[in-house]
Amino acid sequence: MLVIEQGTYDAIVEHARKDHPDEACGVVAGVAGSDRGTRFVPMLNAAMSPTFYEFDSGDLFQLYKEMDERDEEPVVIYHSHTATEAYPSRTDINLAQEPGAHYVLVSTRDGADSPAYDGPVEFRSYRIVDGEVTEEEVRVVGSYEDTSEGEH
Amino acid sequence: MAIELRVPTILRTYTGGAKAVNGDGATLAEFIDNVNGAHPGLKERIVEGEPEELRRFVNVYVNDEDVRFTGGLKTGIKDGDVVVVLPAVAGG
Repeated sequence: MLVIEQGTYDAIVEHARKDHPDEACGVVAGVAGSDRGTRFVPMLNAAMSPTFYEFDSGDLFQLYKEMDERDEEPVVIYHSHTATEAYPSRTDINLAQEPGAHYVLVSTRDGADSPAYDGPVEFRSYRIVDGEVTEEEVRVVGSYEDTSEGEH
Repeated sequence: MAIELRVPTILRTYTGGAKAVNGDGATLAEFIDNVNGAHPGLKERIVEGEPEELRRFVNVYVNDEDVRFTGGLKTGIKDGDVVVVLPAVAGG
């Protein structure tokens, strides 16, 4: 299960809507081993494409260097789909190389990017390990401090 | 002195869990061969094809510089250098 704070959840959706029709991407970094993403880091989609995303190689290096210095890891890796459902594509599965991360997908299809749209935006989370996709529950909390021990 | 390889999480199965291992070589290609001697399997996750090239979705940096801009596998390296391997974060 992915437990995520409301503010971070909203920021991911906001980023996806803003970058539409291109795919948006980024990470939520958190202390290594905590499984709690606390630092929202939107990344530039170097591919600038509606059907592909890739972190710029220099940005990627800086991101990992920074996470290393803070003893963090990418707890969440998110990106958007702009015309299809929020489910990992074959490319997503083939290129997933962080077995410990929650892969979050947001879909901005069917007008969900429009400022006037106020319906729900698809937001789903998966584990992708060795080509195997497992969807998981997403639990949004006001703050991690609200969650009691043992609820992981 | 030696040259240090920083190993990404997904490749630590080849290094017994170690985040960094050491090796030698005058070029990146030699260094990867050298490290692969002690950690078999590592090389084919970084390099592919004939002639050998870096895999498209693996980034390699020598002292903070993406080697795609410094000669790829032919990039010269020396004692004290740090080689960082990072899988691309990408998808469709």
